[in-house]
Amino acid sequence: MGRRAERSGEKGVSGVGLAARLGVRRDGFRLDVEFEVGAGEVVALLGPNGAGKTTALRALAGLVRLDEGWIELDGRRLEERPAEERPVGMVFQDYLLFPHLSVLENVAFGPRSRGRSAGEARKAAAEWLERVGLAGFARARPRELSGGQAQRVALARALVGEPEMLLLDEPLAALDARTRLEVRSGLRRHLADFPGTAVLVTHDPLDAMVLCDRLIVIEDGRIVQEGAPAEVARRPRTDYVARLVGLNLYRGAGHGDRVALDGLELSVAESVEGPVFVSFSPAAVALYRTRPDGSPRNLWRSVVESVEQQGDRVRVRLGGPVRAMADITPAAVAELALGPGTEVWASVKATETHIYPA
Amino acid sequence: MRKRVPWMLALPAAAGFAFLVLPLAGLLVRAPWSTLPARLAEPQVLQALRLSLGTATAATAVCLLLGVPLAWVLARVEFRGRRLVRALITVPLVLPPVVGGVALLLVLGRNGLIGRHLDTWFGLTFPFTTAGVVLAQIFVALPFLVISVEGALRASDPRYEEAAATLGASRWTVFRRVTLPLIAPGVLAGAVLCWARALGEFGATITFAGNFPGRTQTMPLAVYLALETDPDAALVLSLVLLAVSLAVLAALRDRWIP
Repeated sequence: MGRRAERSGEKGVSGVGLAARLGVRRDGFRLDVEFEVGAGEVVALLGPNGAGKTTALRALAGLVRLDEGWIELDGRRLEERPAEERPVGMVFQDYLLFPHLSVLENVAFGPRSRGRSAGEARKAAAEWLERVGLAGFARARPRELSGGQAQRVALARALVGEPEMLLLDEPLAALDARTRLEVRSGLRRHLADFPGTAVLVTHDPLDAMVLCDRLIVIEDGRIVQEGAPAEVARRPRTDYVARLVGLNLYRGAGHGDRVALDGLELSVAESVEGPVFVSFSPAAVALYRTRPDGSPRNLWRSVVESVEQQGDRVRVRLGGPVRAMADITPAAVAELALGPGTEVWASVKATETHIYPA
Repeated sequence: MRKRVPWMLALPAAAGFAFLVLPLAGLLVRAPWSTLPARLAEPQVLQALRLSLGTATAATAVCLLLGVPLAWVLARVEFRGRRLVRALITVPLVLPPVVGGVALLLVLGRNGLIGRHLDTWFGLTFPFTTAGVVLAQIFVALPFLVISVEGALRASDPRYEEAAATLGASRWTVFRRVTLPLIAPGVLAGAVLCWARALGEFGATITFAGNFPGRTQTMPLAVYLALETDPDAALVLSLVLLAVSLAVLAALRDRWIP
């Protein structure tokens, strides 16, 4: 991953890779994002439903017209070219394999459309089916394939034309949990081998973290955060990202070793000034029914809003003065007799908080 | 427990059904079954049958060539006045066929707006020719095909076409290799419907193309004429048309009869 990140760093110098500003206006919705992706780099556009990430991908493919902006791939402008003239391969969310063609014909469709002879196209398609491990399915119809197999055929179909850019729209969303795991690792391998620029759209943080070198988080048509997966996971900058990575996140004003939030003041482990983010894990929150002795410094009264089992932990959501999530053991829930409406004391140690500039 | 059907509904329903079925049953009852094979082999009958099948098939072929692209434009291209174009296409559906025949005469007749020039420049005339029969059939049958194919296009998922475009296929290639195969059942149904309508065409044909045995006298025209001179021949021809209609219905049952 580090090596790839380095290569992406060279992008500005070599002019290799993608540089785009995508401006699309549609009734009531406005997408305006600008980003770069290096050759060999895999970038995920991550965001809630309706954030505009699929629109961004379709604009790159030429399926949506830009109202403003540009698309530059390996030094050439693409925004005026129709979809069929862009050196782009796309994997659609539900794959869209042509139902009336065999698996082999599906994969051969691209080379054939781009002017290669039928024989050459079929040969290239057969090679790619071999690479995705489906050589035995060449004559099958798409409806005979499982979801995971269809995904691999769609990937082969997108890659057989050796595109300079690969676009993937929610490539794993249509799969069940078990297939997903398997297909994800296969996809990861193919993405690592792919020499071009790859852009992937997902709303699943795990897919994004596993498959990508860099995340671009889009909300309401704008980029709200960008960075390496680990960086985004450690330092979320919006509530949406914090929820995805499972952290409590607050914006506040730092002064010395204290941060004033809306309705609460927290002690933190380092000295800060000015606007900052404070985040801490739900597991760092301790709950008490009565005010604890030798009271820890970050202590506040709250009311339980909901209690739900998550794996071997129980997630407790707390209402005002600051909304927070706390993860405690099922035993603790029973001991504290927690339920919606229960009044509790919550505390978090200063050393468990994470502070970074807003 | 079965629910009772109120007689205010049951009675008219039964009457309606009887009204539709009894005349057809009458046709079967009165048919000269014993002489049927001989009747069918009569030269006039065979001539009308051949002419009808030939012209209806030719009209359907032309309708496919013109109608499928027309349906595609209506379904896939955004342009000003699209609703108006669609409305104009459906006019022949509701227009009395005789009026269609008169309109064709005024435009393509020997003294028609265009027909006049076709005659002087190319020596081409349509009235009283087999080509005129085909033209009349196209006029009344084309809307059926266009409507049917446009419906199939609207029901088909346009994202397959997008996927084909990202694979480098031009719009023509997309149409040929993806769109058309996907809507093939709709096109086939439209073609059958179109063919059946052309086969039954009477009003526009007799007005525009006339009634010449062997040249423009199709089966419906022959039925009408035979009714005065040879009612049994009319019955036989009617039976043939009924059989063809039933065959069409059977071919399309999956599409229109749930």
